[in-house]
Amino acid sequence: MNRARSSPLNSAAVHLVLILYTALCIGPVLLVAVNSFKTRATIFGAPLSLPGPSSFDLIGYKTVLGQGVFLNYFANSLIVTVGSLAAVLLFGAMAAFALSEYRFRGNSLLGLFLALGIMVPIRLGTVAILNMMVAAHLVNTHLALILIYTAQGLPVAVFILSEFMRGVSKDLKDAGRIDGLSEYTIFFRIVLPLVRPAVATVAVFTMIPIWNDLWFPLIVAPGEATKTVTLGAQAFIGQFVTNWNAILAALTLAILPVLILYLLFSRQLIRGITAGAVK
Amino acid sequence: MVQIEKISGDAPYLPIAGENAVLPARTRRWHILVFLAPALLVYTVIMIVPLVDTLRLSLFRSVDRVPEFVGLDNFAVLFFDPRWSEHFWQALRNNTYFFAFHMLVQNPIGIALAALLSLPGLRGQAFYRAAFFLPTMLSFVIVGFTWKLILSPLWGVTPVLLGAIGLKSWFHPWLGQDSTALTTLCLISVWQYVGIPMMLIYAALLAIPHEVVEAAELDGVTGFAQFWKIKLPLILPTIGICSILTFVSNFNAFDLIYTVQGALAGPNFSTDILGTFLFRTFFGNQLQLGDPNMGATIATMMFLIILAGVSVYLFGIHTRMRRYQF
Repeated sequence: MNRARSSPLNSAAVHLVLILYTALCIGPVLLVAVNSFKTRATIFGAPLSLPGPSSFDLIGYKTVLGQGVFLNYFANSLIVTVGSLAAVLLFGAMAAFALSEYRFRGNSLLGLFLALGIMVPIRLGTVAILNMMVAAHLVNTHLALILIYTAQGLPVAVFILSEFMRGVSKDLKDAGRIDGLSEYTIFFRIVLPLVRPAVATVAVFTMIPIWNDLWFPLIVAPGEATKTVTLGAQAFIGQFVTNWNAILAALTLAILPVLILYLLFSRQLIRGITAGAVK
Repeated sequence: MVQIEKISGDAPYLPIAGENAVLPARTRRWHILVFLAPALLVYTVIMIVPLVDTLRLSLFRSVDRVPEFVGLDNFAVLFFDPRWSEHFWQALRNNTYFFAFHMLVQNPIGIALAALLSLPGLRGQAFYRAAFFLPTMLSFVIVGFTWKLILSPLWGVTPVLLGAIGLKSWFHPWLGQDSTALTTLCLISVWQYVGIPMMLIYAALLAIPHEVVEAAELDGVTGFAQFWKIKLPLILPTIGICSILTFVSNFNAFDLIYTVQGALAGPNFSTDILGTFLFRTFFGNQLQLGDPNMGATIATMMFLIILAGVSVYLFGIHTRMRRYQF
């Protein structure tokens, strides 16, 4: 064990620095959220005050939700994120199992081939991706985004999951084989449940960039029917340049789901990063 | 998996209770193909083929909708034709500045925060950690607009805050001035992404074996000297990983600048980087028509830059740092 070597004075200084930085991280988000509940006059007159009985106002939210499109954007983001996540996790786990479990010709070459996608961003292929989506009549569909995000998420998922699957006890799998289980049953019934924590970590890592992406929705699915929250908020806020109540409310609504997810998963996420780096 | 490395080819793998029994090939192992096929198919068709196709498109030009092979002409246009080269070199310069700024500001702040967080016996560690990582979770759109509002002279929050510490006269519309816009965007991006190097380095610091730290303490090396002389050399591989992650994401950046300054990367193109230049070229804008072939040419340049960075890391830095790992 480490003995604490710091004096109380030192420790107070450390906390001061950390608290100041915490304020810098949370402050801007709080500022937007707090002001979204205020009247226009107080947003400008007293931006740092909390909403009181006289300054409380939900007009921004009424404007935003009154448009009725925001809920559609949420639904689109949800469909795209959940769809790609399911594909990344299932296909990624299957490929990771094949690469970590079996010896076959070209195994390490395949690993390298997939690793290429970790380093090279899929964005650089956009010109050809759009051509392809146009040719396949997939522009402005959820499927186009799901396919793109699945391809984007797979390399990292395979990489992390195969690391973990190497750690699954060999005896357990062999016992299954002796009992006559098929390789598929061994994968779904024995290995997959054992690497569930790793799957959860990969899920969080895969989800964030998909939910937050602006580039591909803007290029492949900019239509009103398929707009994601990120793109929707972008276009929406641009529309209400002068309606500060609406802008602040839209921003707060866009922050909310991310915040909820973060509070739910931050432990998982942080454990994932820590475990990954320890390896 | 080490034990079965001897088995090669298509021999079915059927080890029994710790032994490796090589049975004659009875069945082809179709299940391997079934496990690999979906991932490989999606990855190859949606990612690798378009990447290669983009590289190919950069060698063509569309004349009356008929693609025509032009060799490296598009690159010559990009580098030397004043209509293109001016924007290209400016975007590359700005992008290099963007990267250098992240390396010199984001990563040192990340290291410092990680060092403070990993102090033994620090209270509220989990809270601080969660708070510092919050901005990283938010989308560029949220981050971009939030800071755009906060720094807007219309709202006036920033002058009020600066006024509270007597610096009201320092306020300028930083995002609107040629000279300060790019640096301001760099700072916003650092604010958002400092969480990643912080977390990675924090984890690396926690992974340092206790014996090493204890040996240092016995030798009287504590506090700042301990961090500088003992811990920092040990986490160099992680700093290397952070650097290459920063490099790839910076030379691929787009969203933040598009959100805050639009596709024209204003004011006066002063915040234009390769990502926004690619978007504008590919899709066109108020000033010009979209040009897929020149877009592909710019994407190819970004690909080569990223490839060069990754190669330098893999062959230059990564191999040399190996010896520090436990």
